[in-house]
Amino acid sequence: MTLRRSMLFLPGSNAAMLSTAFVYKPDSIMFDLEDAVSLREKDAARLLVFHALGLPVYKDIETVVRINPLSTPFGLKDLEAAVRGGADIIRLPKTDSPEDVHQLETEVERIEVQCGRPQGSTKLMAAIESASGVINALAIATSSPRMIGIALAGFDYVMDMQTERGDGTELFYARCAVLHAARAAGIDAFDVVFSDVNDEAGFLKEVELIKRLGFNGKSLINPRQIELLHNAYAPTEEEVDYARRVVAAARAAEQQGLGVIALNGKMIDAPIVNHARRVLDRAQASGTRK
Amino acid sequence: MQIVKEALAGTLESSDLMVKVAPSSDGTLDVVINSEVMRQFGAQIEKVVRETLVRLGVVEGLVVVEDKGALDCAIRARLQTAVMRGADCRDLDWSILS
Amino acid sequence: MTTTFNPRLAGQPAIAHLEPFADFARHTPYLRDATAKHQRKLCRSLDDAIRASGLKDGMTISFHHAFREGDKIINLVVDTLARMGFKDLTLASSSLLSCNSPLIEHIRNGVIRRIFTSGMRGKLAEAISHGLMEEPITIHSHGGRVMLMDKGELAPDVAFLGVSTADEFGNANGISGRSRCGSLGYAMVDAKRAAKVVVLTEELVPFPNAPASIAQDDVDFVVTVEQVGDPSKISVGAARITSNPRELLIARLAADVIEHAGYFEQGFSLQTGTGASSTAATRFLEHRMRKKDITAAFALGGITGNIVDLHKKGLIGKLFDTQSFDADAAESLRTSPDHYEISTNAYANPGSKGTYCDQMDMVILSALEIDLDFNVNVITGSDGVMRGASGGHSDVAAAANLAIVVGPLIRSRIPTVVQQVTTVVTPGECIGVLVTDHGIAVNPRRPDVAERLTAAGLPVTTIEDLYRRAVTLTGVPQPIEFLDKVVGIVRYRDGTVIDVVHQVKD
Repeated sequence: MTLRRSMLFLPGSNAAMLSTAFVYKPDSIMFDLEDAVSLREKDAARLLVFHALGLPVYKDIETVVRINPLSTPFGLKDLEAAVRGGADIIRLPKTDSPEDVHQLETEVERIEVQCGRPQGSTKLMAAIESASGVINALAIATSSPRMIGIALAGFDYVMDMQTERGDGTELFYARCAVLHAARAAGIDAFDVVFSDVNDEAGFLKEVELIKRLGFNGKSLINPRQIELLHNAYAPTEEEVDYARRVVAAARAAEQQGLGVIALNGKMIDAPIVNHARRVLDRAQASGTRK
Repeated sequence: MQIVKEALAGTLESSDLMVKVAPSSDGTLDVVINSEVMRQFGAQIEKVVRETLVRLGVVEGLVVVEDKGALDCAIRARLQTAVMRGADCRDLDWSILS
Repeated sequence: MTTTFNPRLAGQPAIAHLEPFADFARHTPYLRDATAKHQRKLCRSLDDAIRASGLKDGMTISFHHAFREGDKIINLVVDTLARMGFKDLTLASSSLLSCNSPLIEHIRNGVIRRIFTSGMRGKLAEAISHGLMEEPITIHSHGGRVMLMDKGELAPDVAFLGVSTADEFGNANGISGRSRCGSLGYAMVDAKRAAKVVVLTEELVPFPNAPASIAQDDVDFVVTVEQVGDPSKISVGAARITSNPRELLIARLAADVIEHAGYFEQGFSLQTGTGASSTAATRFLEHRMRKKDITAAFALGGITGNIVDLHKKGLIGKLFDTQSFDADAAESLRTSPDHYEISTNAYANPGSKGTYCDQMDMVILSALEIDLDFNVNVITGSDGVMRGASGGHSDVAAAANLAIVVGPLIRSRIPTVVQQVTTVVTPGECIGVLVTDHGIAVNPRRPDVAERLTAAGLPVTTIEDLYRRAVTLTGVPQPIEFLDKVVGIVRYRDGTVIDVVHQVKD
């Protein structure tokens, strides 16, 4: 089970950050060629990211590249750089419809063939940044076997909705829609960036909310947010204890050839066992909650 | 590639480098490298710069590197960006950039 | 024998070999004159004080560096000595900083011929690294300096000690007046060992000045100077907690090591440095101490405002201060009854009868380089040029229960972990743990610590692994080229030679 709790955004134009960000050990690193890079530096950032992807350290960590939309002069070149460079996932911004995904997929396939990369090895992530995107979330989520997750992008979305970022009310429906689409499609769901790096309490409050809703993870813009997020997502000792017992009960039932798993007199079915495995995965990754 | 105009790429921030390219006045290739880590990595930086220029097919021009302790990957990237800007080249030929 | 006072003593064979009493002030003539009695030590100018001290060419002068980069005394005195025509002097300052670059001229002109110091920076260090001096300088630790004095190798003829306030008798401290440096720990040592002691004060206050870090019974001369130091450079407030994520990451790991290494119990003791990660680590400790409901018995140093903060919150019982690093520390020394000034002798001299270092549990140290044997270099940069100080590093590392070195694995393409350090200052056998942003390495000599840290889930790896990670990213650095000439001799705290510094090849 690939954990994608934390996705650290790095501006693709920052050479120092590209050379050092892996020490913060986020679950994934996202090299941004889109909003974080000025128009004049698009070419420079593209090459920086292309070469940075080749660093051996980035083989051990999931890499995502946010390309510019294919409708811009930059998008296709970004895509070439990202796929050829070896990025694990391409993040497509402003995904409004499944057609946007299909268009991307066609290009990705072509580039994989041309550069000799195993077919299907480049995954996709769609960023939902508009009302249309939210409405089409399920269609987008199921539009490609390469799709591993969909992310809600807060800033552009609230602009499109003609409102502002606030206490979260403005994201309420979008969060739920994206989440449901992801679950129905069997892929991951990612929440928005929390931009006030100094507001630890506010960040933790938002993380608590999205964790309860069921989001797999969140986009982060500062390494300091990584540990806070991982800790909030870490299960408590009690949860780990219980999860261990569930998994043990499941194993015992399987060994005994029993069709039904029981724990403490209660019936445990598959979803509970899967959830327990996820809990143990998270505990494995970052220990229990401090 | 042929450098036809002056161009810049990169920054002078720590772990980055700035590359300036200019057309040659006499048909030679002039490479000037200044680095914060000259003693420790001067030879390595020169090697990476020259190899990259060869792959880009740059045989003449002035290339000045102002390095602030960047890794090889950043050196390649900045150099390629500067050369492409200086050569007014928009199309990426990935066989020479890898 | 003539006896003017006591005729009974005339011709008494039992006392023929002793001097007879003449009058009450025969040997203390100043007592006859009220002005002389009080003001005999006061010199009208530095020139006068120098003349009165009997300083001659070839002698040894000593200083302290408690005013750090704001110090004005060293430059002032040496400028004056140069003007007065002195030559071939040995300069022994507890340390030298980048503000001491004016010494370059005086070295060139033969005013200064030998130097003893804990370290140097800036242009002076560069010049000496490039062969400015004929005789190699001696680099010592803080404790080692005192040992060299006690063994007689370093024998200050005149100590010039800058202080914040002094009275006419020379009772002086660093916690009152305008330019406060805080602890006069280094100066206290020179005051007791130099043949002649000149106190240079910014403010002459009425007798009696108290507390007397430097006491009247050790002082020969007192002179008032316009400025002992630049207040903007000495009175800086405590360093703010960094927001740099890399420094915070290292700080958090350092705090984790402190918590889990096995010494984090009620009554433990701690010493930290001034680096951003050290400072931040101190703050992270607060939460962990409260959670475990423990307090530290004492902190030692090098005291910073962050340590003072924990002390004020009741989390550290006593502070033992040999140098106050900022205004908060100086103020705490002045006001807190449990913040004590200690001399460098009591702090770290291995020749003394007992040092505070010996009682230390855990110390956080920095490093310019550390090699696969955990040897640490804090004096020469990776380019071979001197840019640091031996300081208390080897002193505390030798004596503490656990020495923890913290720092980034790579500083702007320069790996901190190397195959062999350029200069050994602290031997690897004294270092327990290395904490970097890429992971933690434990000295194989400390399997107990390795076991505890691993059990706590910390990212423990080997130092060889950290080295590989570094060079995989940066490439292997070319070895620096040196010339045969030795420009510095590094003395371990016990006076033995642990390494030499060669002149850098241009």
